[in-house]
Amino acid sequence: MSEPLLRAVGVRKSYGHTEVLKGIDLEVHKGQVVCLLGPSGAGKSTFLRCLNHLETIDAGQVWVDGEPIGFKLRGGKLYELREADVARQRRDIGMVFQRFNLFGHRTALENVVEGPIRVLGAKPGQARADALELLDRVGLAHRAGAYPAQLSGGQQQRVAIARSLAMKPKLMLFDEPTSALDPELVGEVLAVMGTLAREGMTMVVVTHEMAFAAEAADEVVFLADGAVVETGPPDKVLKAPEHERTRQFLARVLS
Amino acid sequence: MAEAEPLPIVRLKHWGRWVSAVVIVALLVLLGFALAQAQIEWGSVPDFVFYRVMALGLLNTVVLAVISQAVAIVLGILIALLRRSANPVAKWFAAAYIWLFRGLPVLLQILIWYNLALIFPTISIPLPFGGYLLHEQTNVLISAFTAALLGLALNESAYMAEIVRAGLNSVDSGQTEAAKSIGMTPGATLRRVVLPQAMRVIIPPTGNDFINMLKGTSMASVIGVTELIHAANNISSNNLLVMETLIAAAVWYMVVVTVAGVGQHYLERAFGASDRGPASRVGKALRGVPLVRSARV
Repeated sequence: MSEPLLRAVGVRKSYGHTEVLKGIDLEVHKGQVVCLLGPSGAGKSTFLRCLNHLETIDAGQVWVDGEPIGFKLRGGKLYELREADVARQRRDIGMVFQRFNLFGHRTALENVVEGPIRVLGAKPGQARADALELLDRVGLAHRAGAYPAQLSGGQQQRVAIARSLAMKPKLMLFDEPTSALDPELVGEVLAVMGTLAREGMTMVVVTHEMAFAAEAADEVVFLADGAVVETGPPDKVLKAPEHERTRQFLARVLS
Repeated sequence: MAEAEPLPIVRLKHWGRWVSAVVIVALLVLLGFALAQAQIEWGSVPDFVFYRVMALGLLNTVVLAVISQAVAIVLGILIALLRRSANPVAKWFAAAYIWLFRGLPVLLQILIWYNLALIFPTISIPLPFGGYLLHEQTNVLISAFTAALLGLALNESAYMAEIVRAGLNSVDSGQTEAAKSIGMTPGATLRRVVLPQAMRVIIPPTGNDFINMLKGTSMASVIGVTELIHAANNISSNNLLVMETLIAAAVWYMVVVTVAGVGQHYLERAFGASDRGPASRVGKALRGVPLVRSARV
């Protein structure tokens, strides 16, 4: 099999004396969708945030497309990068947040064109055309001029997905993208994510939506207490888990 | 239950309101009587308002206030960034700066700058291989106007630093994370994402401070800057109509302060554009709270 697009090796992270990630390994190949599941406090979100260096890791490595994220490899040592150089690495890694985090002072369209124009140096005319196409893909072309405060949570999250896609990322990270939504708005966001998955986007998704994991994931990783408990295809991990921790968790969330 | 008889409703009589209204109006009438007795030559006030020296005073007041505030805003942003930096020395320096320049009375600071020549007769910046980049008498470098500007600007910069810090803190950290996630550098994140949204919190107290600054320039009169108070004193030293000239100065202060207030209103509206919408700020905040929900298969 080819070299994985994302490879995390022995990722460790502590806050003070509390070790929240106890050496996590993960491999994601191009076009794969991996869902991270687990009880709250398991370290799923922290691990996801380590993948684009929003959190600095204490030990281990995160490689995306052959590059160590947040570091530069030279003479057998990993040198920490300056924030501006990390910014360059993050261009290729999209992230969608639980709380959307759309820029509140900019319209939906302005949110989407910000990255291409300011970071990639795209021409404003072309960037706007591309952005409108992306907004159309998430079903929001008609709301291009609306400010985030004028959009529902589901609409905001779809704009946020479009904003990430505008950077043409190699990899997309989703941090509980539907957890802050009213129940009736969850479907529209999952639908967009499902389409992305089918189109071959490489995705790492932290979620509590078991139906999404069962349907869209190529692989499910179950985390508990900062460590991987069980990994495998959703049919196996969700239907016939090997470990007691996984069974307990599934029994609780599915009841 | 039986059909209710239509009963007339008797509204509460707000006797307290009537009494306080009568008292207030009566006091105002008495004040009017007293003012009518005052020995003020009202007729001369409009003349003083448009005296040449008054125009100069007005110009100096406005220019001094605008430059001081502008310098204070730039310095304030710098100090606020130092205060928020991860560098402990920078943090400590910013805190000490604010402590000092906020702690001393403005008048004292103005007097110190004005009298700097007493301890430093000349100010020089030597070049490494001989010669000077700057070598000048302190009295020439720091005129009364400059001394007033330094005193006002540095004092205000300490307040601005705190206002800017509060503004930056008011922007949710998720905004910074989102900016980072699309590859924006820290500088771009600050300029394009954080500062514009901090403005909503920064502008109202800054407008407030600017109005204070307009009036604070009056302290420059002590070291002989011809601002409005000094101009009024100039006129009254000739004709002894002290109250009339002070009222003329007061008229200009009210005009300038009113204009500043209107300007602030429009600035606030411009930076609050994205707030228009169905969701209130509170509603927006609440929507971010994660819901506890059972997952479905």
